[in-house]
Amino acid sequence: MTDISSQTSFVAKEFKTPLPPPASTTGLLGWARANLFSSVFNAVVTMLLLLLIVWVLPPFIRWAFIDAVWTGDNRDACLPKDGQVVGACWAFVRAKFGQFMLGSYPYDLRWRPELVVGIFALGLAGLAYEKTPGRGRLALFMTTAFPLLAFWLLYGGLGLEVVETANWGGLLVTLVVAVTGIVASLPLGILLALGRRSKLPFIKIVSVVFIELWRGVPLITVLFMASVMLPLFLPEGVNFDKLLRALIGVALFTAAYMAETVRGGLQAIPKGQYEGAASLGLGYWQSMRLIILPQALKIVIPGIVNSFISLFKDTSLVMIIGLFDLLGSVQRNFADANWSTPSIAPTGFVFAAAIFWVFCFSMSRYSQYMERKLNKSHRR
Amino acid sequence: MTSQSSKSSDSRPTLLRAVLYDPDVRGIAFQALVLLALVVFFVWLSFNTANNLRAANIPFGFDFLWARAGFDISQKPIDYTLDSTHSMVFWVGLINTLIVAALGIFFATIIGFVVGIARLSKNWLLAKVATIYVETLRNIPLLLQLLFWYKAVLSVLPGPRQGYVLPFASNLSNRGLTMPRPVTGDGFQWVFWAFLLALLVVIYVSRWAKARQMATGQPFPTFWAGLGILVLLPGIVYVVLGEPLTFEMPELKGFNFQGGMVVKPELIALTVGISLYTASFIAETVRAGILAISHGQTEAANALGLRSGLTMRLVVVPQAMRVIIPPLTSQYLNLTKNSSLAVAIGYPDLVAVFAGSTLNITGHAIEVIAITMAVYLTISLLTAAAMNWFNARVALVER
Repeated sequence: MTDISSQTSFVAKEFKTPLPPPASTTGLLGWARANLFSSVFNAVVTMLLLLLIVWVLPPFIRWAFIDAVWTGDNRDACLPKDGQVVGACWAFVRAKFGQFMLGSYPYDLRWRPELVVGIFALGLAGLAYEKTPGRGRLALFMTTAFPLLAFWLLYGGLGLEVVETANWGGLLVTLVVAVTGIVASLPLGILLALGRRSKLPFIKIVSVVFIELWRGVPLITVLFMASVMLPLFLPEGVNFDKLLRALIGVALFTAAYMAETVRGGLQAIPKGQYEGAASLGLGYWQSMRLIILPQALKIVIPGIVNSFISLFKDTSLVMIIGLFDLLGSVQRNFADANWSTPSIAPTGFVFAAAIFWVFCFSMSRYSQYMERKLNKSHRR
Repeated sequence: MTSQSSKSSDSRPTLLRAVLYDPDVRGIAFQALVLLALVVFFVWLSFNTANNLRAANIPFGFDFLWARAGFDISQKPIDYTLDSTHSMVFWVGLINTLIVAALGIFFATIIGFVVGIARLSKNWLLAKVATIYVETLRNIPLLLQLLFWYKAVLSVLPGPRQGYVLPFASNLSNRGLTMPRPVTGDGFQWVFWAFLLALLVVIYVSRWAKARQMATGQPFPTFWAGLGILVLLPGIVYVVLGEPLTFEMPELKGFNFQGGMVVKPELIALTVGISLYTASFIAETVRAGILAISHGQTEAANALGLRSGLTMRLVVVPQAMRVIIPPLTSQYLNLTKNSSLAVAIGYPDLVAVFAGSTLNITGHAIEVIAITMAVYLTISLLTAAAMNWFNARVALVER
């Protein structure tokens, strides 16, 4: 055997080591060929986009960082001096940061909103993370005791100094409107969704009319209505706070959208669940409360988060009826003669946009994560 | 008798129970209760409202619509003067809303489709840039974007003398976009009729071409032929009539342009803001629609020898449209509703001039807000009806 193999020299004794792939298909070069220059069209697109990036990015970085003014006490800091280019006026944002966050909330009482936001952030983090011990009790606290506590701390009374809502402002108002809107709209939205799927014709008609009415009109007209018409609807002498009026409008508006989200969840529950509940002898409300809604609401968590994102963005509209949310506070401070320079408007807008973006982007990521997780548990 | 009476007295509670626990009876009773509550609520509301209106001395009614408005509007697509009535204010506002909605839908659709398809591109850089576009714009409130375009971009443009000179004698400055204004001469309507005729011919040709391809398999260059007809027929009429179209050029006089056509900065900011914002949502809709088409369709098209562009155009997009169009319509509706944010930057749309100025002048809050809401509601319901009709049609085509 060994003899033959040594004589026949054309038989390879061992496997050939494979050649390395051509240099043009590996490494950075190969990646670029495959992903950036795979065809003439793609190469042209890549070059055009690179040009665009070079045209946009360096000037923005110059504006935001290199030419920016970081410190200063008044407009002199952000005024262009002897031909020097002035970029973003971050000194303005630093000076007005308290205003942007809390509006004209009294300085010595600012620990109260800060405490509320702190508890809220901690509670939310606890709810978002699944392995928190006592998550159910935390949820109960956040939905029942916390709103009362927050209202007491923010507004005052019972031993605390009262701070009128006219003095609230900034990110605080944005959060209050968005969170109250979503929390208040959830029960109403669930009822409307159940009503829309009800077998009782009158209930169904009322729900459909309510939902389509609010979904068919822009939020601005709802806010106008809340600020102009609501006082007319109430008995003489009864007057509401402006913020509360806006909250009512926002809650009704959001409830219609929430109803459609929840309806999607109700429709996704297989009929067997309804029949199973009925065969156990459960009545309508019992089967909804114990069987259907727990499953349906779980499915629509991503939808609710998405509703919250759009509500969070839409809260900026309360500016139009004269409330000062984050955007409203930023806008209001443009009029400050102490700071009025051409660069504060873009700076303020970029700052507000960054805050909105961080909130909305992280929430949309959370919603996508929930969606993936729920999909996994439903797959068989 | 006695036994029967005792029986009936026994069954009385059970009968009552049966009636009380009868789902139908309960349903009717529950509905009656809700109806009663609603009636009481609305009577209470109207009672309060009537009282309040009497106290404020504002008679309820729509007579104010025929009173003199007495304020000017910066963009007047139809004849409007200070002496016009509030009903004219309504029409001007409505047309301005429709103008911005049409412009927004046009641009948002184009940008949205391009970005949506770009997000799925094999070109890494293109996909990343499209993703950044979508994730940035849709996570920032529209109102902020509008204010940014209006206050931080357009307001700080140089004045008309130093404005940016664009092609076709246009000029972009802080007064807006100035363009030559087309002036139609005698007989120009014939060019328009020729265009309509050309359109009919193109429709006929495309039907014929489709039928022929179905019958014989021979394709016909419908696109190029149609383009040729659309350009040539009105073109020939235009030349024969002696070119009855001239342009009025904008001229710099003093500190501003005279003549020409001006697109106000408010309209530019609103169109740019609303188009870019809605486009980010449309892009996601388009992407989801294309991803919903199974990969087997693409592979089958490749197996038939179609190039990637043709695969997209003939196989993937027609199927994806079925998935895309319902959410696309609701994006168009959102855009129309969002155009009411015009009030924040002073574009004279329906909400700004009618629910704003007219309401403040006349004080007829209920009537004005009701009319405004009714307009948006009508638009929504009409679109929803059209959508349902379309869905039914598509569903028929499917199987």
